[in-house]
Amino acid sequence: MAEFLQFLISGLTVGAVYALVALGFTLIYNASGVVNFAQGEFVMLGGMVTVFASAAGVPLVLAAFIAVVVAIVIGLLLHRLAIEPARGASAVTLIIITIGASILFRGIAAIIFDKQFHKLPGFTGETPINILGAAVQPQSFWVLGGAAVVVVALYVFLEHTILGKAVLATAANRLAARLVGINTTTIMAIAFGGSAAIGAIAGILVTPITLTSYDVGTLLALKGFAAAMLGGMGNPVGAVIGGLLLGLLEAFGAGYLSSTYKDAFAFLVILIVLFVAPQGLFGRRVVERV
Amino acid sequence: MGALLNQRFLILAMLAVVIAVLPFVFPSSYYFRVASLVWVSALAAIGLNILMGQAGQVSLGHAAFFGIGAYSVAIGPTHLGIPSWAALLIGAALSAVLAYLVGRPILRLKGQYLAIATLGLGVRGALVISTESGWTGGPDGMPVERLTLFGWRVSGSYTWYWVTGALLLVGTWIALNLDETPTGRAFRALHDSEVAAQVVGVDVARFKLQAFVIAAVYGSIAGSALAFMNGFINPDQAGFLHSVELVTIVVLGGLGSVVGSIVGAAVLVTLPQALTVFQEYEHLLLGLIIIVSMIFMRNGIVPSLSGLFHRKART
Repeated sequence: MAEFLQFLISGLTVGAVYALVALGFTLIYNASGVVNFAQGEFVMLGGMVTVFASAAGVPLVLAAFIAVVVAIVIGLLLHRLAIEPARGASAVTLIIITIGASILFRGIAAIIFDKQFHKLPGFTGETPINILGAAVQPQSFWVLGGAAVVVVALYVFLEHTILGKAVLATAANRLAARLVGINTTTIMAIAFGGSAAIGAIAGILVTPITLTSYDVGTLLALKGFAAAMLGGMGNPVGAVIGGLLLGLLEAFGAGYLSSTYKDAFAFLVILIVLFVAPQGLFGRRVVERV
Repeated sequence: MGALLNQRFLILAMLAVVIAVLPFVFPSSYYFRVASLVWVSALAAIGLNILMGQAGQVSLGHAAFFGIGAYSVAIGPTHLGIPSWAALLIGAALSAVLAYLVGRPILRLKGQYLAIATLGLGVRGALVISTESGWTGGPDGMPVERLTLFGWRVSGSYTWYWVTGALLLVGTWIALNLDETPTGRAFRALHDSEVAAQVVGVDVARFKLQAFVIAAVYGSIAGSALAFMNGFINPDQAGFLHSVELVTIVVLGGLGSVVGSIVGAAVLVTLPQALTVFQEYEHLLLGLIIIVSMIFMRNGIVPSLSGLFHRKART
């Protein structure tokens, strides 16, 4: 039981991070149709900027704030300088542009920061808490709570503000949104900025547990992408559930089957899901028109 | 038809001339090495282009097949005592079988779903290689025995320049010919519209699978060649970044253009070599090159240039 609980909590913790990355993917995908492979780099930036700012003597809270701002600026620049100029290009071309951007960001981070692993102290100490025999890091609660706050905030923004509704309208039908006077370019910029902020927050929350370095982004982007696929591309609720599921799959796969093949195990399950339900677990069935 | 035949012949002849003439202007053996790298990457890219450019299916895990080819010629002779040349063929056969088995379910998926599925395949391939260190040497890689053909030990960058050049010529010839066969036409029909292709009686699933298998074999042979050439192999060759590099070569050069794949490989392989002075900045520059070329030449170098040429010719 203790073992099960241990895997459950570590799975949910990692899953919460995947969920945030997947949510970032979904936000950009819905607003612009772009699959943004540089999403993992926002997570890396969140962690790295916080580490280096706090090493320079900036208080942790302020350092985290700076990290989020930096990520938002980078997200907006990505949209303005790389995505906007390529408007109308094919989906594959756009994917390759964002892959190029992720390589670029990684290269810049390796030069500005360094190639070492870095750690942040846990926000509220590092003494594990004992829950029914499972040892849980206090930081796990920060990750889970933080992710929940982000999800709720995003929900409120999308459902209860004019700007959020404009984002939803753009996602539903870009042309119709433009016809009713929504500036879809601004909406896309908001999506990129917002998604960068979400990624950075995930990076700040998880760095005390998993460490960070200039190249953590690639694998996170893959996992987040897989989570978004699992939940059904374009569905925010699906993204969150997909992320949590993926985290649980990995934790239980690693715990009960084989820790070296946990990544492979997760991908295998996703493949199976995609074969059975090609639109993901919560995706809309797309009827192909001939 | 005559014109087409001529054009195909012209491309092959030009490629042969380039391969034959380059050695006269190369000042050192280092240049032969870089050129061989270009030929090998071009070979893999031509194969991938048959899948992406002709049949219109994306693969973000193609380096897995490259890795199978490379590790076959590494593991075969070292652990199993199989002669090197046989290991190369076994690698190609293995890749074909794997592509056939995996391709059947995977190719039912479309667009981004296909991308993630192939990507998952690639990640898993790289993971197996780094984990099974007893066989593969793990993340550190393993040495590869030199290729011996009828008692002739193939080694040295000069020799490999010619061997890989010849391989590229054969690969180009096959790809160009394929374009003009019923299979090639079926691929093109698939690319334009799957539904329309199906309506006129193209067995969509079968031809997609064929393109996938052909691409896998190209990748595997290119991987074997690189492993022989370097005498060493590590998991990076089968990794995600290498898959991305191959896709970038194809798209950069031009989807569906055989010459484009060669040009794309030449650009993407030589640029980092030319930029080694800025070694620190290699990733940064690679990222920039990818972004800028995708924005300004989104159809790829060769189609963009030839489009420009045709427009000029008309006015």
